[in-house]
Amino acid sequence: MATLNLTNIEKTYGGKVNVNVLHNINLDIDTGELIVFVGPSGCGKSTLLRMIAGLEKITDGELKIDGTVVNDVPPAQRGIAMVFQSYALYPHMTVRDNMAFALKLAKKTPQEIDDAISEAAEKLQLGEYLDRLPKALSGGQRQRVAIGRSIVRDPKVYLFDEPLSNLDAALRVATRIEIAQLKESMPESTMIYVTHDQVEAMTLASRIVVLADKGIAQVGTPLELYERPENEFVAQFIGSPAMNLLPGEVVTTGAQTTVKLAAGGSIVSAAPTADADKGLKVNIGIRPEDMVTTSGDSFAFEGRVKMTEALGEVTLLYFDKVGDNDAVIAKLPGIHRDLRGNVVRMSASPEKVQIFHDGQSLYYR
Amino acid sequence: MHPALQGLLTIIIGVSACIGYFYFSNQFLDKILLPAKGPKAGRNITRANQIRPWLFLFPAMLALGVYLAYPVLETLRLSLTDRDAGGAFVGLDNYRQMFGESKFWEALRNNLLWLIVVPAASTAFGLLAAQVTDRIAWGNVAKSLIFMPMAISFVGASVIFKLIYDTRAADTAQIGIMNAVWLQFEGGLGSFLFLRILPLLILLSFAGIVGYAGFIIGRPLWNGAYRAGGGAMKVGRAVVVLAAVWLAVLALRNVIDVMTMSFPYGEPQTWLTIPFFNSFLLMVVLIWIQTGFAMVILSAALRGIPEETIEAAIIDGANPFQVFFSIKVPQIIGTIVVVWTTITLIVLKVFDIVFAMTNGQWETQVLANYMFDKLFRASDWGVGSASAIMIMVLVTPILIWNVHNARKEMA
Amino acid sequence: MENIAGTKSSLTWAVHIATVLLVVLWLFPTVGLLVSSFRTADQITGSGWWAALFTSEQNEVLRAADPDEARVADGQMYVVSGNIFADNDSPTDKEISVWGTSSREIAAFQAGQTADLGDGETLTLEANGDYVWRGTEEQISGRGQRMFITAEAPPEFTTENYVTILSGGSTTDNMSKAFFNTLTVTIPATIIPIVIAAFAAYALAWMEFPGRALLIAIVVGLLVVPLQLALIPLLKLHLGLGIGKGFLGVWLAHTGFGMPLAVYLLRNYMVGLPRDIIENAKVDGATEFQIFTKIILPLSFPALAAFAIFQFLWTWNDLLVAKVFLIDATGETTVMTNQIVELLGTRGGNWEILATAGFVSIAVPLAVFFALQRYLVRGLLAGSVK
Ligand SMILES: Nc1ncnc2c1ncn2[C@@H]1O[C@H](COP(=O)(O)OP(=O)(O)OP(=O)(O)O)[C@@H](O)[C@H]1O
Ligand SMILES: [Mg+2]
Repeated sequence: MATLNLTNIEKTYGGKVNVNVLHNINLDIDTGELIVFVGPSGCGKSTLLRMIAGLEKITDGELKIDGTVVNDVPPAQRGIAMVFQSYALYPHMTVRDNMAFALKLAKKTPQEIDDAISEAAEKLQLGEYLDRLPKALSGGQRQRVAIGRSIVRDPKVYLFDEPLSNLDAALRVATRIEIAQLKESMPESTMIYVTHDQVEAMTLASRIVVLADKGIAQVGTPLELYERPENEFVAQFIGSPAMNLLPGEVVTTGAQTTVKLAAGGSIVSAAPTADADKGLKVNIGIRPEDMVTTSGDSFAFEGRVKMTEALGEVTLLYFDKVGDNDAVIAKLPGIHRDLRGNVVRMSASPEKVQIFHDGQSLYYR
Repeated sequence: MHPALQGLLTIIIGVSACIGYFYFSNQFLDKILLPAKGPKAGRNITRANQIRPWLFLFPAMLALGVYLAYPVLETLRLSLTDRDAGGAFVGLDNYRQMFGESKFWEALRNNLLWLIVVPAASTAFGLLAAQVTDRIAWGNVAKSLIFMPMAISFVGASVIFKLIYDTRAADTAQIGIMNAVWLQFEGGLGSFLFLRILPLLILLSFAGIVGYAGFIIGRPLWNGAYRAGGGAMKVGRAVVVLAAVWLAVLALRNVIDVMTMSFPYGEPQTWLTIPFFNSFLLMVVLIWIQTGFAMVILSAALRGIPEETIEAAIIDGANPFQVFFSIKVPQIIGTIVVVWTTITLIVLKVFDIVFAMTNGQWETQVLANYMFDKLFRASDWGVGSASAIMIMVLVTPILIWNVHNARKEMA
Repeated sequence: MENIAGTKSSLTWAVHIATVLLVVLWLFPTVGLLVSSFRTADQITGSGWWAALFTSEQNEVLRAADPDEARVADGQMYVVSGNIFADNDSPTDKEISVWGTSSREIAAFQAGQTADLGDGETLTLEANGDYVWRGTEEQISGRGQRMFITAEAPPEFTTENYVTILSGGSTTDNMSKAFFNTLTVTIPATIIPIVIAAFAAYALAWMEFPGRALLIAIVVGLLVVPLQLALIPLLKLHLGLGIGKGFLGVWLAHTGFGMPLAVYLLRNYMVGLPRDIIENAKVDGATEFQIFTKIILPLSFPALAAFAIFQFLWTWNDLLVAKVFLIDATGETTVMTNQIVELLGTRGGNWEILATAGFVSIAVPLAVFFALQRYLVRGLLAGSVK
């Protein structure tokens, strides 16, 4: 139903000293997308979301909803609804009144209000709680009321700020699935979702926006971000444990690139390079789960396994530090306790190997 | 001996006596009476720990007992005796005599008026002040200035307001601001707006608010809804509804007076001698003092409201007034009740203001001052005690309510 | 609110204006008293105190110096010169705008103009009051020439009233004795209840014994008992015990009346202290007495301070208790509130005395209030029954 266009958005908090928290944000969101904002704590995810909601003024730049500039439009008239981390239910109103509040303010008829509420209640299985006060509900139920409160308004854009972070692990999974189903049942609605949880981001998002250092580090589908991170920051931010980065030097160029690593080994990456790149100082990036053991002489990395963690389906291998690299971690399927203390050689297939120069991926040149 | 020296000595003696009492009684308990050694050490420690709380409590209990609990009972007894007849038991004679005095009814009526106006006005102004000062940069300065009258004695405040209400002869300069302003009115448009329309609006909105509150509280009664509560609750609701109707009618009747009254333009008024109206002038003093208190408490409560509920309401389309009345006020209603009852208690005991400003003349009598009159001017301890008991009766509902809440909180 | 997009700045303005109005309204009465206390009796009756803050226009009728003494010969003519204000002992920091020589035309001349008084007699008056009166021997004789002067006077204040109230004046006006009496009442009546209440509050907060809940409920109940009830029985008691009316009686009474709030406030605060600290101290072998003095008391400082301020303000501002338990027929032990009430009766119209006395009596509480406001607010929040 709605598109959003953010052009050169800027946010500076005034006060004794001005603090610039977001700089030059450009982003276009299409109807029906579910966009997830991720990023380290304090990077400005909530701020960006609240600017879209109208709860924070936009310092500079332009925000369009459905092609209209809404920088100075009050929140209520933007056609958005927001679900807060703390639910923000009105404690003195019953569930029904909570959901009806916005509709009453909009001067809807009692009939319309009733219809909207019963429809939402049915969708979210809230029927039997309609006359309860929020304090008589569990966390998950409160969360559903908060979502219900936004549904009844039938907004163009839904905004979620870490809606699941106050729930326990099991409930979080269940509610996540509910949100996914809800999205499916409303394919036209646009949603923006802030989270710290990578699983939420990967499973829910049609596209993920990674925010870092006042700006957008990368926008893409979950798999793009996973397989082809644009820069070292995204590479290490997405995925757990984080991607291993190993320093090296380009030795052969062409459709594929061979890098000789500072620690001794060498590896081929599917990233194309030009002749001029020979001798370029680069960092190789390999995800722990893409590492495979090898016995041959062509290995990327050789090290002694300091410790193993068997998680059942996979085993994490922690290698001794070599030089001043970060300690390398590998994730192998199955159980491999016996590798502890051994010297193991690791490699990876070219497709899975990223190359970064100055922090930027060579795949995107 | 100079009283200041005496005071210093009292502090030293008093404080060291207190500390000495606590220290030595504990020592005595642990070392001599129930020493924690020997064959019975364990049992002695237990017993000492059973006794110790009472050592700690004793002086406070003594003070509470002698200075508050005993007087309540003694006053009750005195109200049933006659001093002139050598303290003979006279039953309810004192009460009968008191109920026969018009001054008493005047005091009671005024007290009820105070009881409605002062807590309502202080709380309303306090809420307004809390709300407007909370969101502006110099709010804290503003707060502390509005809060300042808290530190001023009732007597000091009376002096301050006497200056405001001061009256001078017609041909000399008026030094009371109230008369100075009053003399600006000469019956033209301004006078019409300020002296007819403004009071009219105030009275009408008062009647409206009271009527609406009565309607809300009484609605479950005629709706027969399940939320009406038990028998006592129903009676309470009925009382509130009747009171609301009475107040609304009173306000509406005054509308006519205000519209038809002829004002003595151009003549300085001795404000404090105008019956009925002067009571309000005295109430202003207390409102002026208590608003700061209400503001401080309510502002803390307003800050305790989760910010996100307010933001949610804004997104839901509420304007600032709707946010205030539909989201903020309902969330701090508990605190409002606390502020209201606290001010009610202060109003019931109000003495100094009336004593200093009119001493109950010109129909401004209130119970506390009436009682003081009886005790120390008429030396009639019987009726004086009876009127003290009247004050006690009026605070009793609040007493019960407070105790009830305190117990609930502890449980 | 102000960071919400699309909010009108008119609302922000409305908030600012409402705040300014409230503050002005609340400050105005006190400022009136303060300003009045710095004005002389004549000024107070001459104009409203609010006029004192601005330059005011005054009309005066003044005479030139006595010609028989002051005139000097200048050729054939005689001249009297001087400063009209100085000659009449009127403040000189005024500026004359217009003047005249007859009551019918008081604005006939501008400052600096020369008036022709007929037959060659002239009078020149400068804006600062310097004048030159010139004429024949006959003309410059008799009484000094009258001048009707309209002048702008700057605000003028005096500290004389404070001198009267604090050190001079008659016994009814002098407040210094009442001031010290008030201080004498206040300080013991503040400190002693704190000591007593602190122990009781600790017992009610952290010691286990049967009847504790009941005691707390009683304290909460006594919190609202009007002290009016206590007057006669306690006066009888004091008279019976031989304490009579005096400082001891009023100290005891204030201690008793302040006790419920003290116990309630301190207990509420102490209950909130972390249990771990107290249990840890017990494990370390501290006795209850040591726990109380070494741990609870220092940690409870904010609550102790809050109550101290309350009790101080309350005892300083009290009239009723002092009237009943302290002030006897001799009036030697009067306190400030009482003296002011008496002044209201005897000097009801003398605002220079009343205003100054009033301000002296509220100065100390105001100082305490502004210095320790933080604790007062905290105490209020802890002390209002939830
Ligand atoms: N009112 C304010 N004044 C100044 N700086 C602020 C203000 N509000 C937020 N910030 C700063 O803006 C930055 C972004 O804050 P924001 O709440 O958007 O972070 P976030 O990405 O949502 O973090 P989290 O994941 O922890 O919720 C932070 O560094 C914060 O310190
Ligand atoms: Mg956030």
